[in-house]
Amino acid sequence: MKTDEVLSILEKHEEDHSGLISILEDIQSKYSYLPAEALKLVAEQTGRSLVDIYGVATFYKSFSLKPRGKHLCSVCVGTACHVRGAPLIAEEFQRQLNVKASETTPDKEFTLEKVNCLGACAIGPIVVMDGHYFSNVNSPQVNQIIKKTKAGLDDAEIKEDRRVYLLDVSCPRCNHSLMDPSRHLDGSPSIRVTVSTEGEHGWLRLSSLYGSFTVESEFGLRTDTIEDFFCPHCHAELKGASQCPLCRAPMVSMIVRAGGVVQICSRRGCKGHMLDIDGSGL
Amino acid sequence: MITLTINGLEVSVEEGSTLLEAAQFYGFPIPTLCHMEGLTPYGACRLCVVEIGEGPKAKLVSSCTYPAQEGLKVRTASSRVLKARKMILELLLASCPQSKVIQDLASAHQIRQQRFRQEHEDCILCGLCVRMCKEQMVAQAIGFRGRGEKRSIGTPFDIKSEQCRLCGGCIYVCPACQLRCTFTEPDKAICGGCANLSPPCVEKEPFDDMMCYMQPCVACEIKKD
Ligand code: SF4
Ligand code: SF4
Ligand code: SF4
Ligand code: FES
Ligand code: FES
Repeated sequence: MKTDEVLSILEKHEEDHSGLISILEDIQSKYSYLPAEALKLVAEQTGRSLVDIYGVATFYKSFSLKPRGKHLCSVCVGTACHVRGAPLIAEEFQRQLNVKASETTPDKEFTLEKVNCLGACAIGPIVVMDGHYFSNVNSPQVNQIIKKTKAGLDDAEIKEDRRVYLLDVSCPRCNHSLMDPSRHLDGSPSIRVTVSTEGEHGWLRLSSLYGSFTVESEFGLRTDTIEDFFCPHCHAELKGASQCPLCRAPMVSMIVRAGGVVQICSRRGCKGHMLDIDGSGL
Repeated sequence: MITLTINGLEVSVEEGSTLLEAAQFYGFPIPTLCHMEGLTPYGACRLCVVEIGEGPKAKLVSSCTYPAQEGLKVRTASSRVLKARKMILELLLASCPQSKVIQDLASAHQIRQQRFRQEHEDCILCGLCVRMCKEQMVAQAIGFRGRGEKRSIGTPFDIKSEQCRLCGGCIYVCPACQLRCTFTEPDKAICGGCANLSPPCVEKEPFDDMMCYMQPCVACEIKKD
């Protein structure tokens, strides 16, 4: 950990008047965990007491006080995934990686964690590896997921990215289609979601052509704002578990009808996105 | 001044007082555990429940945190209140039976046994020590860590706190009576149980890491295994 790196994070947050959690989130995303020295520095600089900061850091499961591995593997054991056999998958990961939940392999490659619901119950059991979704996972696939991760998930993605095809997406919570045939973008039905920023609610339509960034919105185009995306049917927030690989804003996830999950960056104007085709396509 | 009714008696209290303060001022006893004068109310133990409102809208609230309101009807000893209080005491007995404070409260409420799985926690998470350390000792050496089942009290990173001034305030207020902030360095720890400035137990072999002269000390014995 470098003192000046933490100081510059603190400085940035001083300007935004943002709270402790955003500071900790930034430190965590820099080092993949919260170093003790960094927490002490936060305490010194912000005038908060170290116990309070430590309390917050241990309260939220997304914060880790131990260094994490290169790859973060989250196995969902929420109710919906549980009834579809997630405990077996979690066990399989523990066996193959030879670590227990919330531990890191000795070679610092993988950190395994069990989580409760990643918001994509309809296509569970879900495993998220470094922000990439694997859906309908079964135990034999565990080995393949680990192998694929070692080989590099992003390589696999670039190959897929070159393909141009139409996405048919639905809400990960209620499974209701998000397609809007009444309005076409790029010559095909658009994807309609509800967005909100700064207290304003309205619709946003996205092109369903994978690779196209055409959007239309009720508020016109505002760039560089991070928006909250909601399902227009069940009003669930469409927040994914990962951060944008380009700008670190939260990702928005939607289910692809053909199987899999597509994630787009919630920052308007950012082109960050990820596509994970169903586990069966492994 | 605010006028309200406590157990049918019309009383008036200053604005900003809690129901507990009002009731205590007029002599209605309410048992408390996590409340202490001079510390901010925290509402953790729920032992101070009272019933407010009437008919189907009546509800139980913790009097140590509920502010007195104009025209409020409060009952401090209705059958519902007594039942809830007894249940809370049974649960406390189930988690921390070695606590003298809890034992006394239970016996004062005619509780002779509890019906739950017996545990031996060394902390009931009442938060008295945390508030003591922060508000009276202005040290903020100990605090809550973790969440849910794993919630616990201690110093950041479980190492000796630089902020701790070894005042013993936390041990003094603790209803569960355990060594707190300094337990990683037993020789620097202060025992509050015996209220001796130089505890005579230091030299005793069976207690070489716990300073204690009560033989055997229930709390320490349980902690050993
Ligand atoms: S002994 Fe230390 S932790 Fe306990 S109240 Fe005093 S300063 Fe706080
Ligand atoms: S250690 Fe004692 S005073 Fe502190 S929260 Fe636990 S029971 Fe309460
Ligand atoms: S008797 Fe034991 S538990 Fe009680 S204060 Fe002394 S050392 Fe602590
Ligand atoms: S229970 Fe696994 S995604 Fe909801
Ligand atoms: S004394 Fe009121 S909740 Fe504990």
